Amino acid sequence: MGRITLDKVEKRFGDVQVIPPLDLTIEEGEFVVFVGPSGCGKSTLLRLIAGLEDVSGGQIRIDGNDATMIPPAKRGLAMVFQSYALYPHMSVRKNIAFPLKMAGMDKAEQDRRIDNAAKILNLTDYIDRKPGQLSGGQRQRVAIGRAIVREPAAFLFDEPLSNLDAALRVGMRLEITELHSRLKTTMIYVTHDQVEAMTMADKIVVLRAGHIEQVGSPLELYRRPRNLFVAGFIGSPKMNLIAGAEAAKHNATTIGIRPEHMGVSKTEGMWKGRVGVSEHLGSDTFFYVHDTGLTDGITVRVPGEFDLKSGDTVYLTPDMTHLHKFDDKGLRIE
Amino acid sequence: MATKASRTAARIMMAPAVILLLGWMLVPLIMTLWFSFRNYLPLRGGDLGFAGFDNYARFFSSSAFWPAVGATMIIVIGTLIITVTLGVLLALLLDQPMWGQGIVRILVIAPFFVMPTVSALVWKNMFLDSVNGLFAHVARFFGAAPVEWMIQAPLSSIILIVSWQWLPFATLILLTAIQSLDSEQLEAAEIDGAPKVKRFWYIIVPHLGRSITVVILIQTIFLLSIFAEIYVTTAGAFGSKTLTYLIFQRVLESQNVGLGSAGGVFAIILANIVAIFLMRIVGKNLDS
Ligand SMILES: Nc1ncnc2c1ncn2[C@@H]1O[C@H](COP(=O)(O)OP(=O)(O)OP(=O)(O)O)[C@@H](O)[C@H]1O
Ligand SMILES: [Mg+2]
Repeated sequence: MGRITLDKVEKRFGDVQVIPPLDLTIEEGEFVVFVGPSGCGKSTLLRLIAGLEDVSGGQIRIDGNDATMIPPAKRGLAMVFQSYALYPHMSVRKNIAFPLKMAGMDKAEQDRRIDNAAKILNLTDYIDRKPGQLSGGQRQRVAIGRAIVREPAAFLFDEPLSNLDAALRVGMRLEITELHSRLKTTMIYVTHDQVEAMTMADKIVVLRAGHIEQVGSPLELYRRPRNLFVAGFIGSPKMNLIAGAEAAKHNATTIGIRPEHMGVSKTEGMWKGRVGVSEHLGSDTFFYVHDTGLTDGITVRVPGEFDLKSGDTVYLTPDMTHLHKFDDKGLRIE
Repeated sequence: MATKASRTAARIMMAPAVILLLGWMLVPLIMTLWFSFRNYLPLRGGDLGFAGFDNYARFFSSSAFWPAVGATMIIVIGTLIITVTLGVLLALLLDQPMWGQGIVRILVIAPFFVMPTVSALVWKNMFLDSVNGLFAHVARFFGAAPVEWMIQAPLSSIILIVSWQWLPFATLILLTAIQSLDSEQLEAAEIDGAPKVKRFWYIIVPHLGRSITVVILIQTIFLLSIFAEIYVTTAGAFGSKTLTYLIFQRVLESQNVGLGSAGGVFAIILANIVAIFLMRIVGKNLDS
C-alpha cells in the first residue's frame, strides 16, 4: 500500500498554469520531500494528491488504481497542515478520534488505536485538554496523531514544522523520521527548509514554477545537481557560480564550487581576493570574499576558526574534484 | 500605564457621563417603583394615596396576565428559532462566492434599516391583508380562500414580521463568524472522511456557537419589548397581547398608572432574570 503515481498531472487556476503536465512516481514506503522556492506549487501539488484540488488534466494513481476522481476521504491518505487545523472545540482525544468516528469504527477499536497513538507521540498526559491549552509542539503531535490512527496509505505533510521554534523543530524532525522508520508508510513532505529536506528525505523532488527540476536522493542532488537551478538551490550556504573567462578555461559556460570545497590561505592560491564579512559559528567560519574579479562575492567555509579579518587579502584554491560545470543552457556537463 | 494619578484623572473625567447615565436610568426606575405603590388614576381623581401591594396583586391576578406572558414567550422564542436557523443558512449561502455578492449582501441587510412601524404596516397591508394582500392574491390564484392573517394567526403574523426585521442582524453576525472559520479545518475534516452535512454539524456549528449565543442574547433583550409591530397590526387583539402591550393598555387605555407601573416593575425583574441567565451562558461560551 502507498505507491503514488502522477501521470501528466496538470493544474490551472483560471488561465494561470500553476503546474504544467508533470510525471512523478512515489514508491511504497518512501519518504519524499518536495522543495522549491515560495510559490512554485509545492502545496498545490500536495493538495492535488490529497484531492483537495481537482486536477486540470492527467491522472493520479494510488496503488495502481485511478484516484483522480475519488473524493479526499476515500483516497486513504492523511494530511498534516501547516496550521495544524485541529478542531478547537474538541479535546485531544476527540480530535484524534474524529476520523475513526467518521469511518464508523467501533468504540473499542477506536480506543485501542487512540491510546496507541498517544503513547507513540507522548500525548497521554494531555489527552483530555483542548488544543488551545497546548504548546505548538504538542499541537503538532496531536495533528500527527490524528493522521496516524487512520493507518493511511500515505501521509502528506505541508510544512508541518514551520510554525515551531528552531530547537523544537530539530526535535520534531527526529520524531517524524523515527515515525517513518517505525511505520514504514509512504510520506510526502513539503518544506523549504534545506536541512529538513537533506536529513529526512529518501528522495527529494526539486520544483520550480511547477516543473520538476530534478529528482534524487539528497546526496545525489548535492553531488551531481542536474542544472544551475538545483546547484544554486541545494546546499547551504549556496554554491558559488562563476561565469566568463574563468569558466571558459574549463570548457564550460558556468562553473560552480561549493563554499566547503575551497582551500583558504593567507599567502598563496589560485584566486586572490579581499575578505568582507566573516561569520564565526564556532564549528565553522564563513568568509565572504570580494574583489576576486570572478563574480560579485565568493563564499567560503572553513572548519573551525581561521584568523582573517575584514579587509585582509586572501587566496582561494578550489578543489577541482568537486568542480561542477554547466553548459550554455545551464545543464550539467559531466 | 495605569498609574494612580491617571486612574484618578480617568475617574473624574468619566464621572459626568456616568452620573448622567445613572440619572437617566435611576429617575424613571424610581418613579416607576414609586407609582407602582400608589393608587394613581390621572383622569379619575389623580393620586389617591398609598396602595400597598394592591397594584401587584391586581396585575398578576388579572385574567390578561398569563396569556400576555405566554404571548411574549411565543413571540420571543418563535422569532429566535426562525432568525437563528434561517440566519445560519443564509450566512452559509452568502459565504459562497457568487456574482454580485456586494449588492446581495446589502439587500440582505436592508430590512434592518426599515423602522418597525413602517415594516409592520407594509406587511399588514401589502402582504397579509385578506383582500388586497399579496398572499391573498396567491391563495385566490390557487383557488383557496385567503387567510385572515390578523384574526386567524395573529401571533404567527407578528412572528413573521419581527423575524423579517431581525433576520439581517442574525445573518450578518453569523456571516462574519463563518468567514472567520479557518478553511484548513474544513479541509482536514473533509480528508478525515466527514461529508458536507457532518462537516456542518461537527465543525461549523460549534464554531458558530459563540455568535449564536450573542445573537440570542441581544435579540431576546430587544424582542421582550417589541411594541410597534403589535400596535399597528392587531392592537393587542386576538390573543396577541404581550407583557409590554398589557402595560401600555393599563397605563394609557385604562388610565391606571399605578397598575401599569406594577407591571413595569415585573417586566424589569423578568428582563433581568433572562439577562443574567443568558449572560451566564454567554460567559461560559466565551470562556472556552
Ligand atoms: N486558489 C488559487 N487560485 C489562484 N492561484 C492560486 C491558488 N492557490 C495557489 N495559487 C497560485 O499557485 C502558485 C503555487 O502556489 P502554492 O501554494 O502551491 O505555492 P508553494 O510552493 O506552496 O509556496 P509556499 O512555499 O509559499 O507555501 C502560486 O503562484 C499561487 O499564487
Ligand atoms: Mg505552501
